[in-house]
Amino acid sequence: MKSLDELAKIKESRRAALKIREGVPSATEKAHVMMCGGAGCISSKCLDVVDAMKEALNKNGIADQVQIILTGCMGPCDMGPVAIVYPDATFYRRLKPKDAEAIVEEHIMQGNQIPRLMYRTPGAKEPTPRVNDIDLFAKQKKIVLRNNFYIDPTSIEDYIANDGYAALGKALTKMQPEDIIEEIKKSGLRGRGGAGFSTGMKWGFTAAASGAPKYVVCNGDEGDPGAFMDRSVLEGDPHSVIEGMAICGRAIGAEQGYVYVRAEYPLAIERLDYALQKARKNGLLGKNLFGSGFNFDIEIRIGAGAFVCGEETALLTSIEGKRGEPRPRPPFPANAGVWGKPTVLNNVETWANIPEIILKGADAYAAIGTEKSKGTKVFALAGRINNTGIIEVPMGTTLREIVFEIGGGIPRKKAFKAVQTGGPSGGCIPAEHLDTPVDYDSLGALGAIMGSGGMIVLDEDTCMVDIAKFFLDFIVDESCGKCSPCRIGTKRMHEILDNISNGKGKEGDIELLEELATTIKATALCGLGQTAPNPVLSTIRYFRNEYEEHIRDKKCSCNVCELKE
Amino acid sequence: MVACASNASNDELIKQLDKIIDPYRGNPGGLIQVLTKAQNLVGYLPKWVQIQIAEGLGVSLQEVYGVITFYTFFSLIPRGRHKISVCAGTACYVKGTKMVTTTIKDLLDLKPGQTTPDSRFTLEIVRCIGACGLAPAMIIDGKDVHGRLEPELIPAVLEQYA
Ligand SMILES: Cc1cc2nc3c(=O)[nH]c(=O)nc-3n(C[C@H](O)[C@H](O)[C@H](O)COP(=O)(O)O)c2cc1C
Ligand code: SF4
Ligand code: FES
Ligand code: FES
Repeated sequence: MKSLDELAKIKESRRAALKIREGVPSATEKAHVMMCGGAGCISSKCLDVVDAMKEALNKNGIADQVQIILTGCMGPCDMGPVAIVYPDATFYRRLKPKDAEAIVEEHIMQGNQIPRLMYRTPGAKEPTPRVNDIDLFAKQKKIVLRNNFYIDPTSIEDYIANDGYAALGKALTKMQPEDIIEEIKKSGLRGRGGAGFSTGMKWGFTAAASGAPKYVVCNGDEGDPGAFMDRSVLEGDPHSVIEGMAICGRAIGAEQGYVYVRAEYPLAIERLDYALQKARKNGLLGKNLFGSGFNFDIEIRIGAGAFVCGEETALLTSIEGKRGEPRPRPPFPANAGVWGKPTVLNNVETWANIPEIILKGADAYAAIGTEKSKGTKVFALAGRINNTGIIEVPMGTTLREIVFEIGGGIPRKKAFKAVQTGGPSGGCIPAEHLDTPVDYDSLGALGAIMGSGGMIVLDEDTCMVDIAKFFLDFIVDESCGKCSPCRIGTKRMHEILDNISNGKGKEGDIELLEELATTIKATALCGLGQTAPNPVLSTIRYFRNEYEEHIRDKKCSCNVCELKE
Repeated sequence: MVACASNASNDELIKQLDKIIDPYRGNPGGLIQVLTKAQNLVGYLPKWVQIQIAEGLGVSLQEVYGVITFYTFFSLIPRGRHKISVCAGTACYVKGTKMVTTTIKDLLDLKPGQTTPDSRFTLEIVRCIGACGLAPAMIIDGKDVHGRLEPELIPAVLEQYA
């Protein structure tokens, strides 16, 4: 890519070809079918639907007039397989192979949409055909997932058509590195990987650090064991991450980036790798981008299954091909990161926000969200909730809106008990705090954390002692063993919880758990240990009665734990 | 994915492994990439593979071993033709991971980390496979996702893998 003009030309021509996805009928094409190819829909056999659709298209001789595009997760996984048919933007759900023929012959060929395959708001008489009219989507705000109904993740032209790489072009031709950092600072963007540190400040520190070369790293380790936001971004819109990283490269003076993705995400790796190749071929990675003299390229590094490698110092060591053990900070990665050089490390979702901020400006971005948490957040909603899947909402949306409006409430008329955020580092938020606006600070005040975006809804049948034990089980498995507070302390906590849930709990156990938790938090070497007691502390804080019941009455009202008398 | 090369002769494997090592020769930073690809080729990481990699990249055998044992993705022992990865992420846990593992244990007499005597299945536990919306879920051979599992459905799923 030599200039903004050249990019604009690609955009123009591709956009014309994609008018059909904006609702404009085309003279040569009858339809574009965006079929969700996320893991959820794959498991509900969307590929069989694709095959059936291809067959139906061939049978009717219109295969060359209809495109079928496999996208990343579209969000409402439990309704899968889902698809959007353009130009009408009709949203279909729970598709079976036999429905494919109906879509082709009735909808695409005769223009009759198929009500029985559409989504109907609970209680509504009529189904809602158009995807953007569906209440579930209308309440969301998409920045990170801006492309997920629109583009083919394997097409760089599609990405460009929706303003892709325009932010990089702007950053390289119209902005100075300091301006870029200033813009990111002003946007108020905070890291989406969990801790919520100011992204602009992090870039500023790295830009100012002495040492060369510098590096840009993307954390795609996604350790929270009940969440897949980052995976959805990498699978559905890999170029947004590449573009964000290249912009940072310019801002801090780095020419090399790494994306660290876990080996368990083969499709994300494949899509990202393909996107990198396309970007290189189009001169959007490599030498002298946009004729600015700026060089940048990215390599993929594969994480081989260790939760602790999501922690930044561990991740950086793992990139070097070693055992991913954390080390004490300081020095922070801004001064000593990969190969001991100044490094910016950000989360996948953080990266995907960058192009939008640069393109539309910090003020537009900062207008969304709350005072101290700007923009949107992607959450993976799961557990005992009707609409499971991926959502993106403005910061400050209340938990009630998320769980009951977008999430559709709790199945089988059960009562809501709590929502768990932040995974093994986070905590539970009970019903009395449902009206809390979701942002970094208010969740922190409740003893939970924003975390990376996992949100597990728990109903009245969930035993909170069991949940606490589940997370500690995970921690005991994943502790790297380097420091004893974490290695020995969490094991001890796990034993006590195990006893409580087996009916062998004693008076004083709760206090002992609290005491151990305080020590571990204060003395563990890395974030894994320092936050590991949180799920226990927060369940004790809000559900102490359940612990007491297990200990005193040897009873689990939820009938989850098997207590021996 | 696992068994693809097991028929090839050892010489052939050594050659293919060399090809994997080539881009990283003398570069210890490539260790994890090389191990990942080597495991895809051979199915696991026996001693001869470790030695060849250690020599190729210029790291000690001890370091190679240390890395292999640190990451759960790597295996020192042969695995079955099919890998069942049961999700024990939070969403699946609250919806019935225990049921899935118990059912598999009853059907195949197989516990996490084990391989059936006929080398048909290896069972492992993983965290979140991205199908939380269809919890409880499992993934077979790293690609086939099976969701909304119930005890009655599992035998039919397993039958698809000979
Ligand atoms: C045990 C542990 C696991 C972590 N796992 C992840 C992860 O999977 N993904 C991630 O982006 N950040 C993870 N983090 C946070 C990172 O250390 C780091 O703060 C983050 O990637 C920085 O990016 P951000 O500023 O964009 O959030 C983890 C931290 C700890 C302590
Ligand atoms: S806190 Fe736990 S994970 Fe972190 S270094 Fe110590 S033992 Fe390892
Ligand atoms: S995987 Fe299809 S909607 Fe999530
Ligand atoms: S927790 Fe099992 S698929 Fe996400």
